[in-house]
Amino acid sequence: MAGEAQFPLETLDARGLLCPLPVIRTQDRITALRPGTLLDVLATDPGTLEDIPAWCRVHGHEVVETERDGRELRIRVKVLGGS
Amino acid sequence: MAEPIKAVALISGGLDSMLAAKVVMEQGVHVEGINFFTGFCVEGHTHAIRAKHRARPKRNNALWVAEQLGIKLHIIDVIEEYKKVLLKPKHGYGRNLNPCLDCKIFMVGKALAWSFMEEHGFDFVITGEVVGQRPKSQRRDTMSVIARESGADDRLLRPLCARNLKPTLPEREGWVDRGALYGFEGRNRKPQMELARKFGFTDWAQPAGGCCFLTDEQYSRKLADLWNSRGSRDYELDDIMLLKVGRHIRPAPHYKLIVGREEGENAYLEGYRRQFIALRPTSHKGPLCLIDGKPDGRDVRLAARVLARYSQGREADRVTVVANRPGGECTELRVAPMPPSEIPAAWHV
Repeated sequence: MAGEAQFPLETLDARGLLCPLPVIRTQDRITALRPGTLLDVLATDPGTLEDIPAWCRVHGHEVVETERDGRELRIRVKVLGGS
Repeated sequence: MAEPIKAVALISGGLDSMLAAKVVMEQGVHVEGINFFTGFCVEGHTHAIRAKHRARPKRNNALWVAEQLGIKLHIIDVIEEYKKVLLKPKHGYGRNLNPCLDCKIFMVGKALAWSFMEEHGFDFVITGEVVGQRPKSQRRDTMSVIARESGADDRLLRPLCARNLKPTLPEREGWVDRGALYGFEGRNRKPQMELARKFGFTDWAQPAGGCCFLTDEQYSRKLADLWNSRGSRDYELDDIMLLKVGRHIRPAPHYKLIVGREEGENAYLEGYRRQFIALRPTSHKGPLCLIDGKPDGRDVRLAARVLARYSQGREADRVTVVANRPGGECTELRVAPMPPSEIPAAWHV
């Protein structure tokens, strides 16, 4: 992660939302972010572990890390030149 | 160099919309998908809630289809806008509270508006509709209503049945070759299966009862009960999400109980403790129960007795139930579980 410290880091709190709302919130936030930005999506719906990576794949962004702490999930997305 | 022709395809996650998009992609058109979240969509959330569904893939079918096709998918939140479609459908409801024709008009119109936005710049809209496939929204006469009332007119292409319809703008302009489109008709699914095989698709979503909760009789009954009890036809997202979860028991018009049926639903209902009175048995294992409405003290006691019936203390003389109010007030109740014979069938919504 040390190499990523140079990129701006933003956080999106999607805890308590059920899919596809966390994906929609991620999509809407990323539209406004510049390539290179890292976005931490916080979520509780286990469906996000499938859906956010799938959304990133079709839009050309990269999931660089996922972390689970009990019911809480953190998915770190690197915004690339996609949508 | 000329701009490529671009089409936006309504992607539901089912087979027909996947095929429709693929047929147009095969002609060299740039296709992107669009999917609308109304709050009534079946998948994702329901799988995430119920523990018994945990082994199922939690994929979002529309996203999965986009991956198979190699296209972008734009998922749009239309929860608020959809209310006017559901609450006042110009063309009425189907068998349940499903406003299928108004819904399709709304979605095609939204897709068109999105596609014409300057930063998107699409030329036409694709759907997977097939003439005669659905009793209301996919009849020859209603399909022309969709094209007209959505505003899409002849910028709406239905590649699977285009040869049964008048040529549209993309066909007349030569953006797509009408000869390479299809003339499917009716409820027979064999032509779609054959086309899927031709494209090498071996997997697609086939949700029982379709992809919308509003086509479900039981769900529609709960929604009608919600409106009747409140004296107004309106809803918030939490209302319609909670209708998908638990047993709904209405002992009186001014309140109802939502009782978790299993661990996953209890965990989901936990998230609503701050908005509702929440009851849980403490002397025995048992589900979480929320009370929606304005119950008085006697109502809460009756709710505790009903909840005790669904706990492991159902045969016990007394069950201890703790009632938590949203403000933090907490009451302990010792109640006799209500025998099933004393719970009228009419209470079950």
